[in-house]
Amino acid sequence: MVACNGSTLHRISLLNAEDIEKVAHLARLGLSREEREAYAQDLSRILGLVSQMNAVPTDGVEPMTHPDEAGLRLRDDVASGEINRDRLLAIAPKTRDGLYLVPKVIE
Amino acid sequence: MTLTITKIAEDLAAGRCSSREIMDDLLARIKAHSALNAFISVDEEAARKDAEAADRTRRAGGGVLAGVPIAHKDIFCTSGVKTTCGSRMLADFVPPYDATVVQKMKAAGCIMVGKTNMDEFAMGSSNETSFFGPVRNPWDHDRVPGGSSGGSAAAVAARLVPAATGTDTGGSIRQPAALCGITGLKPSYGRVSRYGLIAFASSLDQAGPMAQSAADCAHLLSAMAGFDERDATSLDVPVPDYAAALGKDLKGLRIGVVKEHFAQGVEPAVLDVLREALREYERQGAVLVDVSLPNSAHAVPCYYVLAPAEASSNLARYDGVRYGFRASEYRDLEDMYKKTRSEGFGPEVKRRIMIGTYALSAGYYDAYYLKALKLRRLIADDFARAFERCDVLAGPASPSTAFALGAKNTDPVSMYLNDIFTIPVNLAGLPALSMPAGFVGGLPVGMQLIGRYLDEARLLNVAHRFQEATDWHTRVPAGI
Repeated sequence: MVACNGSTLHRISLLNAEDIEKVAHLARLGLSREEREAYAQDLSRILGLVSQMNAVPTDGVEPMTHPDEAGLRLRDDVASGEINRDRLLAIAPKTRDGLYLVPKVIE
Repeated sequence: MTLTITKIAEDLAAGRCSSREIMDDLLARIKAHSALNAFISVDEEAARKDAEAADRTRRAGGGVLAGVPIAHKDIFCTSGVKTTCGSRMLADFVPPYDATVVQKMKAAGCIMVGKTNMDEFAMGSSNETSFFGPVRNPWDHDRVPGGSSGGSAAAVAARLVPAATGTDTGGSIRQPAALCGITGLKPSYGRVSRYGLIAFASSLDQAGPMAQSAADCAHLLSAMAGFDERDATSLDVPVPDYAAALGKDLKGLRIGVVKEHFAQGVEPAVLDVLREALREYERQGAVLVDVSLPNSAHAVPCYYVLAPAEASSNLARYDGVRYGFRASEYRDLEDMYKKTRSEGFGPEVKRRIMIGTYALSAGYYDAYYLKALKLRRLIADDFARAFERCDVLAGPASPSTAFALGAKNTDPVSMYLNDIFTIPVNLAGLPALSMPAGFVGGLPVGMQLIGRYLDEARLLNVAHRFQEATDWHTRVPAGI
């Protein structure tokens, strides 16, 4: 059981350091062993808090992705040209010949 | 010196002082109160030059904000001016464009003084997650200012600037406004453009004004709000003149008192202050109505699925390739990504990225993300039901006054629960503000007022009428 906010909660999916390693890889985060242990504890506590959701029946409820009134508009797919290429490349960590520079991907 | 926007406009119009003189005074104050750590960057030279330019071009009828100094939270992109978002990841990032909010405030004549400190990527309720160090509460330097717009709140509370911008994803304008004793408004989702606002959780993020009074917030919101085609969720609806709408009396106004917000878990002395504030409203002719938001109890769990899920997606862009930090040593592309992100993000940001990644990963999506979206609907429906019986809702903005630095930052969950009263409002997309309602032990207490969708005008008027009858919002910390 995970203690949380003074109450005891139904335990779901407590994470261990191995789980954290998997999640960290998906998120492209590199963690040390100590960090993995610490995040395993933190994230388990947070998931304990999150599991309170299970107390509420939601069968048949329409999911709400964003406030209803704010509809998502589409626009024509045209370049605005507001920001030019040179200004964008100027803020990149590494560039060469007008291109972003990254380590070799294909041998 | 406690200059409000309204007073500055009067003084400038009457020729009693110049923008340059006001700016010089504020820059000196910022220096004198540098221990607050409210600012990440201040460009004195540019601020003075812009103030002089404003003095040259000011003319009669030029708008109330012409020549008024303002600070921007360091989450708003400012063209040619460093924008860090409180993170090492963006510590040297200089955006090539202005956020719409920044553009609009410029167009209204506001002069930017500097960029304010904040929790890293707006993730925090105490301003302790900033890469640039914590902000201190002007009322007590050993306490937090709240977060994530803690720098903006502290700067206004210490009268370093008359106004500042903030953003609010789960309470990041209202909670620091409450803890620092200022007035801060989170507008309805879609009211203010998110273009150029560094994204945290896109279905919840909203920018808004932070100032000394509701009247000042009204001027600021009028300038800030409006349709922007560059934000796909910007609302194409008319923007009222919020300042002109102030002054209507409150006879017959129905104030919903949220049962769950006046309950266990809130500092009793905070509730006493709020009950007294409600009595002031009754004296003005308002009627109190008991309402219930039963599903709001689950808003924090719901939020800590949705906000991290959206954040994990939004923050995927920080890969060390196009802009921002890149680690200095790496073996290959994947190693570059991992080292860049591990060294560039702080612990709270990593926590939330991982929670979001987990919640969205195969096998967990339905149990977490979909469940939270359904709960979000129930939380929003509760508000709709409550607003059938009242015009505004009132309650605490935060369960306690400002807490001590370091008191909660070792336990993420106890930190998250600070936002128990503000988070439901973001989930529903409604407008809400916090205003000073009194003091407990020398620390300000914030009252949250929540409005119907797009009903900012009424909300600001209800706060304004309270501020006409009380002087809590004019109190300043010792030494200010």
